[in-house]
Amino acid sequence: MTASASEPEDVARSCSASGPKDSTRTAPDPVPDTGRRADAPYDLVVVGAGSAGLAGAVAASELGLSVALLDSSAQSGGQFYRHPAPALGARRPEALHHDWSAFADLRRRLHASGVDHLTGHHVWSVVKETDGTWTAHALTGADGCADAPARIRARALLLATGAYERQLPFPGWTLPGVVGAGGAQAMLKSGLVLPGRSIVVAGSGPLLLAVASSLASAGARVPAVVEAAGYLRYGRRPRALATNPRKAAEALVHAAALVRHRVPVRLRSAVTEVHGTDRVEAVTVSRLDREWRPVRGTGRRIACDALAVGHGLVPQIELAVAVGCTTRALPDGTLGLALDDLQESSVPGLWAAGETGGVGGAELARTEGELAGRVIAARLLGRPARVGATAGLRRRRDRMRAFADVMSAAHAPGPGWTGWLSDDTDVCRCEEVPAGRIREAIAACGARDARTVKLLTRAGMGWCQGRMCGTAVACLASAGSAPEPPGERRPFAVPVPLSTLAALDGSPDPASAPDSPTDPVPS
Amino acid sequence: MARTPIGLVGAQPDPPFEITFDGRPVPALPGQTLAAALWGAGILAWRTTRDGGRPRGAFCGIGQCYDCLATVNGEPNRRACLVPAHPGDTITTQEGHGHDRLGV
Repeated sequence: MTASASEPEDVARSCSASGPKDSTRTAPDPVPDTGRRADAPYDLVVVGAGSAGLAGAVAASELGLSVALLDSSAQSGGQFYRHPAPALGARRPEALHHDWSAFADLRRRLHASGVDHLTGHHVWSVVKETDGTWTAHALTGADGCADAPARIRARALLLATGAYERQLPFPGWTLPGVVGAGGAQAMLKSGLVLPGRSIVVAGSGPLLLAVASSLASAGARVPAVVEAAGYLRYGRRPRALATNPRKAAEALVHAAALVRHRVPVRLRSAVTEVHGTDRVEAVTVSRLDREWRPVRGTGRRIACDALAVGHGLVPQIELAVAVGCTTRALPDGTLGLALDDLQESSVPGLWAAGETGGVGGAELARTEGELAGRVIAARLLGRPARVGATAGLRRRRDRMRAFADVMSAAHAPGPGWTGWLSDDTDVCRCEEVPAGRIREAIAACGARDARTVKLLTRAGMGWCQGRMCGTAVACLASAGSAPEPPGERRPFAVPVPLSTLAALDGSPDPASAPDSPTDPVPS
Repeated sequence: MARTPIGLVGAQPDPPFEITFDGRPVPALPGQTLAAALWGAGILAWRTTRDGGRPRGAFCGIGQCYDCLATVNGEPNRRACLVPAHPGDTITTQEGHGHDRLGV
């Protein structure tokens, strides 16, 4: 299906800088009249328009709530269903996607609903006001640099902020041509471009198979997929596998594509060095032992001009952690939000769905979003949900969550990976802090956690706020014992210009007090 | 015909337009970000780091890592992987924090 650039007035108040909205509404379906005055709070604000947020927003709206759906992107779909802008005229966007029809269905429901889809909104903080309502603060524009920050109020909040890629550093990983595996996939899905002609795909996790098959289908040569784990650990939980046949089917689709394109898969191996001066020219792939320690003498050089690398996904939960939501440790060492049986967090009035509760994929996200949307509607409308009405959704969620845990455990980084780090390898890309300085902070200064390392070395203090180096720093600081997951509270989920913060006091509506462009402050 | 991303999704984009990178013309397709247009021209680096002066470009591709910061139409620190390309955009390699002209 194609997306047109036309924008129905009643579904979007996108900010001017966010570009054309992804919108295919044809017939004006009846919109439930929620009776909300223009200046009154919404019933529900949903942050994130991926699978979970879309499902939650439309489910709640269909049951009669007034809903604002906030997302940084100009188009719905999140990362999984990221797709080309309408002007690129893609007639078969589904060629780069698994289960595209599920997204097309959600998008149809969105366009038929009364949901206000606010594109180009980068939420940097959520606040519970004294009257119990929520305020979401957002920067606007394609990259958050537009002049008018926004403040959106609601009675309930659903966080569906997804995940970002987990990175483990290795010598040469800052060289141009080394890109995130998810990054290569995102640039391909939205911009229809590749980082090179010959791309090695490496790291760990099922995403690697999807990325390699997309890159190969789009014309790249993929000399190897390099997976640090084995796939045998999936076999330890046969029940979770047997009850989730769609996951196995998805993996088979990707595996078949790799066979078709003659892409070899190397298990229990890792890229331990990148070669090149100004850009990637080759990589060294080494065998790993069970602890992910590189086996000496097994290094083999593979020529390529790009490397797409990632080690699974990390739930994006900064907004929730900042307001005190309880977290839980996941089997792969990351933190997700602790949620009850009905998707509510430990903070009343704040629900979450999808990867925020632990990475489990688009179908699980959709199920949790739908469940959360229904539960929130029942709560706000004072009609307690009948147990039976959500039982099916909860059962499906539990079945898929069990699989997510298996997947997470299978690809948990082994403690030996730090063996491939040389002292001059930059661990923190933003602040250019090499492994040697971090090791020194640990050995000489006694740092035992990521926060202390940050204060001593600046690792994790830059623009990305530790998203790229957080795992690595925590692993180094724990010196081989189970690393403490980086659960640090940061007051801003994205860098915020000082002028935006200054405008918060004394101005009831920051939108009426335009910013001047200034440097955002990394916290 | 060689397999390409455009061919894979059957794209029929609007006509390309021109942007410049350090003075050199680069074609962009409507709907592409600046980073996508640069990748399309084989350009992978458009920033140098503050301390080491090392080249960097898009890494995470989704606006999380801030490695793709560029100076766009004279304004530094724009995330090239998020900002859509517009006809006539001038991108210049951002050196360090991008504020050298301010003397800070």
